[in-house]
Amino acid sequence: MTAIGRMVRRGLGAIAAALSVLLAGAAAAADAPLVAAAADLRFALAEIAERFRRDVGAAVRLVFGSSGNFARQIRQGAPFALFLSADEAYVLDLARDGFTRDEGTLYAIGRLVLMVPNGSPLALDGTLADLARAVRDGRLRRFAIANPEHAPYGKRAEEVLRYKGIWEEIRPFLVYGENVAQAAQFATSGNAEGGIVAYSLALSPQLEALGGHAPIPAEWHTPLRQRMVRLRGAGPVADRFYRYLQEEPARAVFRRYGFVLPGEPATE
Amino acid sequence: MDWVALRLSLELVGLTVLLLLPIGVALGRFLAYSEMRGKEILEALVALPLVLPPTVFGYYLLVAFGAASPLGRAWQALFDRPLVFTFEGLLLASVIFNLPFAVQPMQRAFEAIAPDLRAAAACCGMAPWRVLLRIELPLAWPGILTALVLAFAHTLGEFGIVLMVGGAIPGETKTIAIAIYDRVQAFDDRAAAQMATVLLLFSLATIAVTFFASRRVGRRLG
Repeated sequence: MTAIGRMVRRGLGAIAAALSVLLAGAAAAADAPLVAAAADLRFALAEIAERFRRDVGAAVRLVFGSSGNFARQIRQGAPFALFLSADEAYVLDLARDGFTRDEGTLYAIGRLVLMVPNGSPLALDGTLADLARAVRDGRLRRFAIANPEHAPYGKRAEEVLRYKGIWEEIRPFLVYGENVAQAAQFATSGNAEGGIVAYSLALSPQLEALGGHAPIPAEWHTPLRQRMVRLRGAGPVADRFYRYLQEEPARAVFRRYGFVLPGEPATE
Repeated sequence: MDWVALRLSLELVGLTVLLLLPIGVALGRFLAYSEMRGKEILEALVALPLVLPPTVFGYYLLVAFGAASPLGRAWQALFDRPLVFTFEGLLLASVIFNLPFAVQPMQRAFEAIAPDLRAAAACCGMAPWRVLLRIELPLAWPGILTALVLAFAHTLGEFGIVLMVGGAIPGETKTIAIAIYDRVQAFDDRAAAQMATVLLLFSLATIAVTFFASRRVGRRLG
């Protein structure tokens, strides 16, 4: 056998050995049910899942993104057990087309805020009057919102900007996040003067350190009625998590992240 | 540091390279020696992923693998799980997307072997598979190694396609590149920086080791 032949054989042996170690490890975490969650839940739901793990002793795997993308992925066969949408329309459409167990339940109502990073020339003004001035006087160079095409918070941001009559003027300045968490990241990265993001994200310690936020009147946009639903493949752990999300420990976390809960009055 | 994502990435890279070795050798050798008419069309098809943006390619794969497609339906019937948003789907996409990186260097390596040499071997009565094992593969080996390194590097860094057909599911399709993106969106810059560093050092080390090994092989041949 030639030297090269020996080397090839040795190399392949090493690859095979490495692979068998890898494959043995990967099987461990694969059983926990998958939860597709709107990006505004990133911090709140991570906290709730951690409590769930402690209280109930079961784990779920969280995937965050834009609700519109998840709805499309579910239609294409994505193996999610639970879907927490930021906009109930996506859930009701999926239910109508037979992808879900039932019509699910309303779990929270989301709020929009104007996010202004530290050092931005923009005033912390939730009525957006200063934003309108900044568009005209050249203080605004970049402004972040989520993509209105498939992210509910982006759609509501567009509604608010239209309501204020500055949509056409501000459009050349907009940068679009793939979901509202990315919009928040754009808004606070130092490359934009601000953005319209979810209240629940602005209240996280990570974002509070980066800038200030001011609530935008909820009457200026259609409500962000957030609905969750179990999908066809949901098992017992997903069932239990679905119930847990409606119980008091979880509701307390949602409240702390600025969500209005179904059946409760808005605090502001 | 997301170890699950790193392990998943390594698994994807390892299996992709392992699958591409026989596929690349077969396809590269065929393209190098075949006199078939319309060979150029096959060559163009193999090169397509080089030209198309990953998102466009990912979109086509998503449609081709989806629950409504014949392939998606057949897979579901056979294995009782979907092809999109699973590791298997990601692996299949990865093999297809890496075809030009694997096939082209191998094809060039086979083309570079002097025709006389192969003819002489055949003349001496060597069986074709022995010509392949004893003459062609040893001579083409540096090209094959380059192909595997390119496929390795490319799989480890691929983002657009993984996002389109993978869906960022932890332990299933969330590779290290996706995990870094995810950490940035979670304002977890420290973890993102950590993972980026690990990825950088790992890639650098692997490629350096491979080049070192290929030089040694080259010297022994010379």
